[in-house]
Amino acid sequence: MAKYDLDDDGVVVIIGSGAGGGTLANELCQKGIQVVLLEAGGHESNESFVNDEWGSFGQISWLDSRSSSGSWRVGKDFNGLPAWICKTVGGSTTHWAGASLRIQDHEFRIKTEYGDIDGANLLDWPITLKDLEPYYDKAEYKMGVTRTHGIPGLPGNNNFKVMHAGATKLGYKNCHTGRMAINSKPRDGRASCLQLGFCFQGCKSGAKWSTLVAEIPKAEATGKLDLRPKSHVLKIEQDKSGKVSGVIYADADGNQHMQQARAVCVAGNSIESPRLLLNSENSQSPDGLANSSGQVGKNYMRHMTGSVYGTFEKPVHMWRGTTMAGIITDESINDPKRGFVGGYELETLALGLPFMAAFLDPGSWGHDFTRKMDEYSHMAGMWIVGEDMPQESNAVSLHAENKDQHGMPTPNVHFDDHPNDIAMREHAYQQGSAIYDAAGAKENYLVPPYPSTHNLGTCRMSANADDGVCNAHGQTHDVSNLFISDGSQFTTGAAENPTLTIVTLAIRQADYIAKQMSEKAI
Amino acid sequence: MLDLDLTRRDFLKTSGSVLMGTLATSTGVLGLLAPSQTWALELTKLDKATGQILLQTTRHIFPHATLDDAVYALVVKDLDAAAAGDDAVAKLLTDGAAALNADAGGDWLAANNDKQFSVIEKMAGNDFFEKIKGTAVVSLYNNELAWAHFGYEGDAWKQGGYLTRGFDDLDWLPDPPADASPAAYSASK
Repeated sequence: MAKYDLDDDGVVVIIGSGAGGGTLANELCQKGIQVVLLEAGGHESNESFVNDEWGSFGQISWLDSRSSSGSWRVGKDFNGLPAWICKTVGGSTTHWAGASLRIQDHEFRIKTEYGDIDGANLLDWPITLKDLEPYYDKAEYKMGVTRTHGIPGLPGNNNFKVMHAGATKLGYKNCHTGRMAINSKPRDGRASCLQLGFCFQGCKSGAKWSTLVAEIPKAEATGKLDLRPKSHVLKIEQDKSGKVSGVIYADADGNQHMQQARAVCVAGNSIESPRLLLNSENSQSPDGLANSSGQVGKNYMRHMTGSVYGTFEKPVHMWRGTTMAGIITDESINDPKRGFVGGYELETLALGLPFMAAFLDPGSWGHDFTRKMDEYSHMAGMWIVGEDMPQESNAVSLHAENKDQHGMPTPNVHFDDHPNDIAMREHAYQQGSAIYDAAGAKENYLVPPYPSTHNLGTCRMSANADDGVCNAHGQTHDVSNLFISDGSQFTTGAAENPTLTIVTLAIRQADYIAKQMSEKAI
Repeated sequence: MLDLDLTRRDFLKTSGSVLMGTLATSTGVLGLLAPSQTWALELTKLDKATGQILLQTTRHIFPHATLDDAVYALVVKDLDAAAAGDDAVAKLLTDGAAALNADAGGDWLAANNDKQFSVIEKMAGNDFFEKIKGTAVVSLYNNELAWAHFGYEGDAWKQGGYLTRGFDDLDWLPDPPADASPAAYSASK
């Protein structure tokens, strides 16, 4: 592994080692570019991951102080935990379930497609599906996505059998075991899936793609990567010319260092990325770095989510095997006749007993709660993930008083559901229940959203510098050598799980950064 | 006193080692267990009477009729540990238990089930109730005894995963076609 000096101003500094940052690091290293990858969390491994929900939660989650506000139920149930994301090498790719879906053509231009929606801050992406297709192709190949590049689908588990039986009876046409970045056969030096059922907890077998097991080791093999775990970036420095010159970070012991940089790429997830930009305010950028548009932290999206768990006369054992074992894509269309714009996916999901207790109906107690828990082994489960409306008032901001362990203001996440989100969720609850009813369910439990795993949009991409933070390559409109490299870039959320698109954008951004560097533009 | 589950013997047969590893079998204990005391919970901070009340309170908050007291005792164990680490928690729990007794006319545990519940119901939402509920929703369901009770199989890695152990053994619905759900990879193919 490379080791660069703190005063080496030729390196590209990447903040965050998840889907965006970890992929970008590897792509740049493959091109011979020197990279310092700063990760706030520690360095776990397949060996150190545990098949234990709470144990793993404590091991890899981002548990630093956060707060939430707004009318969303997560804000009430999990006020200090608005998001369920990770602070560990590999970021939330250690936690993701592997669903790898391309954003659809129309979802890149919903302002045009949907028209004006009251209360929604809609904007078309400055890029199209056609622009991304070659990069999606590279991302799918890199990640080994099933049902692409001749890679076979995964076998369906019991939870999928229930979904498929119900979906088929209901007349859905597109139900299968998904496009998953989980090895259905040995590939790329990693084993095939053992059907552990602990996809969320790091995947001990290594069958699931993550930047921890796939991108970062390859980047290290180039000799160009200087990975620094437990390095929490507090501030990005801006020089007199307006360019960024480096970052200040706290190491494992809390000691602060300044790493100089030729370019800085922010990939801390859509809560930490805007938090860092806002905390990097200076006399040139009094409202925060790259925030002349005022959109940093705004338009926070988390996907319209919810879950349906059906109970059956006979056992299901839904926890056995891949967490996201199958998908129904029929509802991910834009059909305003349903009473809302945009669409949603239905994906199987299983929780272990400990997390089922935590998430089934947070805060509830008594016989109604325990009666439901008693059905645990006879439950099938699905997660709803749909397009939510960007709203300027849904925002990540710096808390006025609270500071974290490094003295940095903590982030507050404000969120209200848009009426379109609520109408879509109600529709999805109905359809999910109908699927399980068709498979013979005794009862369905409609489960509210979990803390957000899909955090998007807080540094959005725009053609016009007035209404977004970065351009079509994630380069900030205000600062030419500052890039947004994670899901914060998303102009709108689309219905699909975002990781594949984050990886795709990172591959594309790496080409752009390399070109800008060779042209001495940055 | 508290009802004991009739399946205790079978229960202990399958999960006794875990139980014994988690709960002490010494004296000076939460002595809830007649007629055959096979386990006991050692309290470090709270007194025995408070421990008994906390256990029964947890049973009212998360009532699973056939779930063994030993599992509920794990919640008391965690509450006791929290009390040992924080005097404010110790006071909250001790005062809460006293309040239950006062509301029940002196001895809440001696009251019948309905009376006990009516007292608990009035406390719903207060700090004492929320502390027990918040601890129990994790502790009660996050142990191998509970997993055995509910049928959850816990750590899959140490058992080699479910690929050859029933991940797709559901046989009461039709199997999906191969294009929707291909056969699992086999090295011998």
